[in-house]
Amino acid sequence: MAKQSVRIGAGAGFASDRWEPAVELIEQGGIDYIVFECLAERTIARETLARRKDPNGGYNPRLEPRMTDVLPACVAHGVRLVTNQGAANPLGAARKTCDIAEASGLHDIRCAVLLGDDVTELIAARPGLRLLESGDPVESILPGLAAANAYLGADGVRDALATGAQVVITGRVADPSLFIGPMLFELGWSYDDYAMLAHASAAGHLLECAGQVTGGYFADPGPKDVPALARLGFPFADVSAAGAVIIGKVEAAGGRVDIATCTEQLLYEVHDPSAYITPDCVLDVTAIELHAVAKDRVRVTGARARPRTASYKVSIGYLDGYLGEGQLSYGGPNAVARARLAGEIVRERLKLRGLHYDELRIELIGVDSLHGPAADRPEPYEVRLRVVGRTRERRLAEEIGWEVEALYTNGPSGGAGESRQVRDVLAVQSVLLPRELVKTRIELVGPR
Amino acid sequence: MRLTVRDLAHCRAGDKGHAVNISVIAYEPAGYERLRRELSEARVMAAFAALAEGPVTRYELPRLNALNFVIEHLKGGGVTATAALDIHGKSLSGLVLTIELQGNEPAAVDHGLTGSE
Repeated sequence: MAKQSVRIGAGAGFASDRWEPAVELIEQGGIDYIVFECLAERTIARETLARRKDPNGGYNPRLEPRMTDVLPACVAHGVRLVTNQGAANPLGAARKTCDIAEASGLHDIRCAVLLGDDVTELIAARPGLRLLESGDPVESILPGLAAANAYLGADGVRDALATGAQVVITGRVADPSLFIGPMLFELGWSYDDYAMLAHASAAGHLLECAGQVTGGYFADPGPKDVPALARLGFPFADVSAAGAVIIGKVEAAGGRVDIATCTEQLLYEVHDPSAYITPDCVLDVTAIELHAVAKDRVRVTGARARPRTASYKVSIGYLDGYLGEGQLSYGGPNAVARARLAGEIVRERLKLRGLHYDELRIELIGVDSLHGPAADRPEPYEVRLRVVGRTRERRLAEEIGWEVEALYTNGPSGGAGESRQVRDVLAVQSVLLPRELVKTRIELVGPR
Repeated sequence: MRLTVRDLAHCRAGDKGHAVNISVIAYEPAGYERLRRELSEARVMAAFAALAEGPVTRYELPRLNALNFVIEHLKGGGVTATAALDIHGKSLSGLVLTIELQGNEPAAVDHGLTGSE
């Protein structure tokens, strides 16, 4: 029997997000579902590399403490949990979740695991596929291949919920689709009802970054004040069977939900607003209107959608060399000139030593590291030199930090607070893969 | 007194691979009209000349009093492989807020808040 409406809360907007706001939503928000969206573009590739070192790992590194705090609240309040914290090992994440439940005295927790997003072998076996970003054939990045995952849609999440399991764990699923799955399941909509998928997708998109619609990533003291940001609440959406959508938050929580916060999030990561492509539909936000219906309550109307495309987007993570970096600070009179001189010394030293980099950036944090150079900016009191080089060789990457550190005794006056690091470059590009090649399935994991 | 985008609007940056989108959301309908007239693709491209190859595409969302700019081909490989400190381009909304509105017509000198009437 389909419900008349469902309330879905957002429990995380990225891999490392806080979870007190999720517990608050579960305990005080009157929600039916809590959804933890924890996968940025590179996350699965990073977790795939982690799993190579630990076959039982590869899921969200914060899963254990998060589930430990959240599961008992879910059980106490009858809230079902949907999450992509499975990352590169959804089955491992489900087993861990069941273990945590057992250890917490919750003996009947089952997890439905959505599988099939990992298309690494399919991609490796299909030379000639074009990368959307560079236009090169996919073979060009196969030597460093870490993982290839398709963005699955809401239908798989709906089917996982239909098993009755309290917890649904996935790998890569498109962010809004994690939220649309419960709507499809509860409200009895067909997966081909594009009028409803439009409203659902708008709601899912507004929720997917959690605190970003309740006043996070928003505040600008003065013109855009946000109350109680340290206690920022996460959002929920009330979605009715007729497609009415209202975004809100727990009253006692910090933050704000209004037309300004919702408009910023509605357009977040949207390119052509008439064609926001998800696995479920092609969303058109151009006719959307936002209405403030009460304090911290915004009604969303006017979403439209066209039928979904014939392919899944696949994001491919691959190792692409190293970044070596060194930093050093300068303060007081003429700090900018001393830092610039220091940067030029490092550039010349690298050249004298015959060390060549695919890319070398020398910039001053406090002057031009974020937005590049500009003529009319006031000079700051203190600045931080940042030298970073990209290279195929780890040894070369390490030399950057050493050269910066050597400025202590050999460089301009007053260099302070050196830091250096070398990191692997995990790059990501995308391809489109025909839907019929991607086979999804659901596995149930219960107490051992 | 010089008028900037920040006087009329708020902004949010979002990344997607090698491109970034930046929304410019006017506080008032009149501000939207003024931004629609003056904040052209070329004006935004000029502000991003050191950071991106372009092009810049502008989308108009009158029901939201918003413009959406898509800036393509960020230098250094974009979000997923960049050596930049701000690998996601999340700070780039701040650059759009600094863009000065010079006014294309006499009515625009009155701080713009009265728009085109």
